[in-house]
Amino acid sequence: MAMTPYEKVMAARDSKKLTAVDYIAHIFGESFVELHGDRRFSDDHAIVGGIGMLYDMPITVIGIEKGRNTKERMDRNFGQAHPEGYRKALRLMKQAEKFRRPVLCLVDTSGAYPGIGAEERGQGLAIAENLMEMMTLKTPVLSILIGEGGSGGALALAVADEVWMFENSVYSVISPEGCASILWKDSSKAPQAAAALKMTAQDLFELQVIERIIRQPKAEDAAMFESLKLLVARTFEKNLALTTEELLDNRYNRFRKIGTKHLDK
Amino acid sequence: MDLFSFVKPKNELESSPDKVNKPFIPEEMWVKCPKCNALLLTTDMEENLHVCTHCDHHFRLSAKQRLELLADRSSFVEHDADLTSSNILDFPGYDKKLEKARQNANESVTCGECTMGGIKTVICVMDPDFMMGSMGTVTGEKITRAFEYATAHALPIVVCTVSGGARMQEGILSLMQMAKTSGAVKRHSDAGLLYITILTDPTTGGVTASFAMEGDIILAEPNTLVAFAGPRVIEQTMRQKLPKDFQTSEFVLQKGFIDAVVPRSALKSTVVKLLKMHGCGGER
Repeated sequence: MAMTPYEKVMAARDSKKLTAVDYIAHIFGESFVELHGDRRFSDDHAIVGGIGMLYDMPITVIGIEKGRNTKERMDRNFGQAHPEGYRKALRLMKQAEKFRRPVLCLVDTSGAYPGIGAEERGQGLAIAENLMEMMTLKTPVLSILIGEGGSGGALALAVADEVWMFENSVYSVISPEGCASILWKDSSKAPQAAAALKMTAQDLFELQVIERIIRQPKAEDAAMFESLKLLVARTFEKNLALTTEELLDNRYNRFRKIGTKHLDK
Repeated sequence: MDLFSFVKPKNELESSPDKVNKPFIPEEMWVKCPKCNALLLTTDMEENLHVCTHCDHHFRLSAKQRLELLADRSSFVEHDADLTSSNILDFPGYDKKLEKARQNANESVTCGECTMGGIKTVICVMDPDFMMGSMGTVTGEKITRAFEYATAHALPIVVCTVSGGARMQEGILSLMQMAKTSGAVKRHSDAGLLYITILTDPTTGGVTASFAMEGDIILAEPNTLVAFAGPRVIEQTMRQKLPKDFQTSEFVLQKGFIDAVVPRSALKSTVVKLLKMHGCGGER
């Protein structure tokens, strides 16, 4: 039976599902070298990044990591990045640009951290800078929503040539609970909000906000990971063959046209 | 301090209306300052650029009022006035909300070109009277077109922000406006053109995390809320008590995220000075 939108939200948040570090291990194996820190303030553990080999292609990979058990989740701040996390991501992207390495982003967050320190250190600016800089990053960028895509905190790693979503992932401007409590003063109406927000992979594909829905690989299913790797590699190869101007025009126009077909009704 | 001593007796008089023989004045001629509770004569408040004559509280301005404040007289030409928000996701209750919003303002942002101190510039002014300036698809589209126009015509752009954040009734399409506008800002910036942001109360959420923070020069009015996550969100979700004056423009100035806090009375002259010093209007 088909899952309801809210059931998909729950699946996307399922603590037993694979996280960014799992995918990095499966895709890049022993080749992965983790790189830390934003060179400004600190090393945000909610963001994991580094370089790994995809077949014969070096790739910069950046993920938002929620953690797989309580201890890890505390350390990763439940996948809610601070400004320094987004700045770490941007640093690694700029490094990738310098060496013309493609960038793979794995997005899984309920949102950017809403706290005092995050605000004091410019959470809004950190996200805004990523949006601007990613739009003109002179190397291919691919973002995959592997679980939860929570608002600006997710978008800050999802300004890409293509955006893909796992079949049971969600991507939204606000959590369904937040939406229900603001609009209807009742967070228990989250299931209705989840449906109204159109936040499932299938909704976003229909709205032409994403390019692909990907079947979710299971840990033990090596063949599925292999086909995912192949798909990612082919996409990067295709975009590496473009001139920088074509690459950036395509990226700009990708976002430029979203939602515009509704404007002239 | 002269000004203060001048207004004080009047306010004392207003706050104790029973004690004095004052002429009958209808209620709509008074406005209460939400910050200091002083009763102000509407005409005085308006003459003072909608700033409280008692405590300097800056009242929110509609897009129309702000354009009157900033643009040279009758220089403003509106662009894309025909773009209007619609219920693109069939979100329950959104049609009614839009209908209600349209009684207050045309759209969440008004865009066009004008002169300021004789210098031609593109200008976008968000409107608190339209769903608190929340960013819908049309908001993002109008701002994007304004930046594209400014880039194509090698013009500077001034954007006055006021926003409660993303417009959740437009779901993911609202979120995508952050990327879209940021892309247009970047192209304008890469063309070597000047972008001045004026943050006004409140500037929050998706607008803060996109074009509001992307200006070459970021000015803010006094005591403006400037936040990504608003104070209520932080208090509720994190159960953290907030420091005093947290997220005011003075606070973010001190933290290093904006260039200057400028009172409304000096806003236009400051922007004109900056435009001139960037060679805008051919005075290179």
